[in-house]
Amino acid sequence: MTDTAFDTPAIDRSAMKVSDEVAIDIVNMNKWFGTFHVLRDINLTVNRGERIVIAGPSGSGKSTLIRCINRLEEHQTGKIVVDGTELTSDLKNIDKIRSEVGMCFQHFNLFPHLTILENCTLAPIWVRKVPKKEAEETAMHFLEKVKIPEQASKYPGQLSGGQQQRVAIARSLCMKPRIMLFDEPTSALDPEMIKEVLDTMIELAQEGMTMICVTHEMGFARQVANRVIFMDQGQIVEQNEPEEFFNNPRSERTKLFLSQILGH
Amino acid sequence: MSNTHADTVSYVRDTMLMQQDPPSTSVGVVGWARGNLFSGWFNTILTILSAAFVLWLLAGIVPWVVSPTWNASSLTECREILAGHEGACWGVIHERWNQLLFGFYPQELYWRPVLALVLLLIALGPILFADFVSPKILPFSAVYPFIGAWLLWGGTIWTPVMAALGFVVGYGVFVLAQRFIVPGLAFLAAVLAALVWWLVIMPFALPDLARLIPIGLEAVQSRQFGGFMLSITIGVTAILFSLPIGILLALGRRSDLPLVKWLCVGFIEFIRGVPLITLLFVASTLLNIFLPPGTNFDIILRVMIMVTLFASAYMAEVIRGGLAALPKGQYEGADSLGLDYWQAQRLIIMPQALKISIPGIVSTFIGVFKDTTLVSIISMFDPLGLANAIRADSAWNGIYWELFIFIGAVFFIFCFSMSRYSMYLERKLQTGHR
Ligand SMILES: Nc1ncnc2c1ncn2[C@@H]1O[C@H](COP(=O)(O)OP(=O)(O)OP(=O)(O)O)[C@@H](O)[C@H]1O
Ligand SMILES: [Mg+2]
Repeated sequence: MTDTAFDTPAIDRSAMKVSDEVAIDIVNMNKWFGTFHVLRDINLTVNRGERIVIAGPSGSGKSTLIRCINRLEEHQTGKIVVDGTELTSDLKNIDKIRSEVGMCFQHFNLFPHLTILENCTLAPIWVRKVPKKEAEETAMHFLEKVKIPEQASKYPGQLSGGQQQRVAIARSLCMKPRIMLFDEPTSALDPEMIKEVLDTMIELAQEGMTMICVTHEMGFARQVANRVIFMDQGQIVEQNEPEEFFNNPRSERTKLFLSQILGH
Repeated sequence: MSNTHADTVSYVRDTMLMQQDPPSTSVGVVGWARGNLFSGWFNTILTILSAAFVLWLLAGIVPWVVSPTWNASSLTECREILAGHEGACWGVIHERWNQLLFGFYPQELYWRPVLALVLLLIALGPILFADFVSPKILPFSAVYPFIGAWLLWGGTIWTPVMAALGFVVGYGVFVLAQRFIVPGLAFLAAVLAALVWWLVIMPFALPDLARLIPIGLEAVQSRQFGGFMLSITIGVTAILFSLPIGILLALGRRSDLPLVKWLCVGFIEFIRGVPLITLLFVASTLLNIFLPPGTNFDIILRVMIMVTLFASAYMAEVIRGGLAALPKGQYEGADSLGLDYWQAQRLIIMPQALKISIPGIVSTFIGVFKDTTLVSIISMFDPLGLANAIRADSAWNGIYWELFIFIGAVFFIFCFSMSRYSMYLERKLQTGHR
């Protein structure tokens, strides 16, 4: 790649509102794993209410990028500001940001020794110091929202993959996050379960949640994203609004990638 | 089905089948015996041979065990009663059972260890059987170690009170220090503060306190302790303390702080590299050389510390195994919700790691409990040491089996209960397939 500059349109084309308030600001951020330069000079600004989809080949650093946003990975140079708080090694800042940024993982990472309800109330009770009763009410509210209130007293091991992922989303929502990160939330699921999870995410997007989502679900990207970011070799190679991105990809790498995942 | 299929492809059942009883040959005693004992000629032969062997063993053992020697007061008397027949001499158990249980503890004070044991069971209730016992007892469980020690040793009440305050001091320092430094270092500071309290302030203040406000029980010397009371005292202490210490060591070993990490690794590897007997010898002799002259550092306390450290090192490795078995996603799940290190450990990591490690933990417990018999090497009277002492009495000179069977049976009851409990716990903590 020689050209690194892209025009960022970010036009609000749907009914979902995007404000000018900045939610996440990443400036000249670099990260290495040992000597391996995994993220190279990342610049990304996400406004409140924006829905961003990140795509790219395996190993391109998508997961690492969004994990840097809530400090599951530590960046070495550059700056990441989330909700006005800069990520430094200060533990207080990190815990504050983590409690405001929800994250859903490919393998759900539910706590198998706790019931669904306990999974959802744990963090509100211990981090937000919400009274147990209130935390349980909130949890039931969000479990209803993801349409599995009847599973509240079961254990994660007794649920299907799609149900588990919806619990994971509900668990994050119970912390009342202002930003949600999704790392391939549907790629460990059977096809018939993907839709139920995507529906939940679409609903979330319609309520104006700021979302960054690593996914290969291009239908989802077309429908809800207002920007698609294509990454390769640790760099942001192209970003555009979905229609443009899919119909007129500019870089060769993007074209190749799209032909591979849409081709069959 | 294949028939139906051959005739017509479409098939609809018009009557539903009622549930029927299974054939009598596959259920009940007959079914069980058929399935498990007599399935095939080879198994039948094995069953008959094994049954014959068991009968032969019983024929040898039962007459020996059932022997009317309960009231004999010496081995010679046993021989007279048996009049040439083979038989056990149970008189020794009858006459000396209290010694085997309590050692040389003053008879009129037996109620104290018994009460201590009863209170121990009450204190363990909410921990071992959380489903059945109210957690309201937990504060009692927390102060039990001090009550129990006071009941056993007696003396002024200020010793347990001051010892307990050491923990309060440590906790206070930890909470305070955590505001300024990372948890690992704050914990070190807390340990240091508690040690200063116990080793410097406490010996200094105790005599005066005891004189000013003299409340206490009659003191019992450590060398009067013996028998199962000694084994249980040492064993239970080592078991109770080795688990938390082991957890901290295991966490320390995985710590990002090099100092904490290398301290823990060094400790674990050193203790595991040395036989327990060596540590016990250090406790009984060498430690005196290092301690300032005139300090009266109780021998049982020294042994308990050594056995606890020994058990902790093993415990740490068992728990580290459990920690390593947890997927990284559990840590990330906890982190991403904003839980801090200790919250994540307490609420997410440890409950799962400990659950995985239950069989290893209980094995370590059982091992430690049985290892308490090693203290007879440094001339303390554990049950085995007492057996030797009893044999030294001319009335019982030459008696072996009866004592060992009794001691073995009591140990078996304890160890087998622990083993059954661990199985109960594993079943209870089963939360669906993963
Ligand atoms: N903890 C780690 N230590 C060293 N290298 C790592 C680590 N985590 C990831 N990597 C490497 O960093 C690169 C980017 O990884 P990352 O997981 O961000 O890719 P990805 O784009 O999410 O890929 P995928 O689509 O397969 O999830 C990969 O080459 C990976 O091997
Ligand atoms: Mg990934």
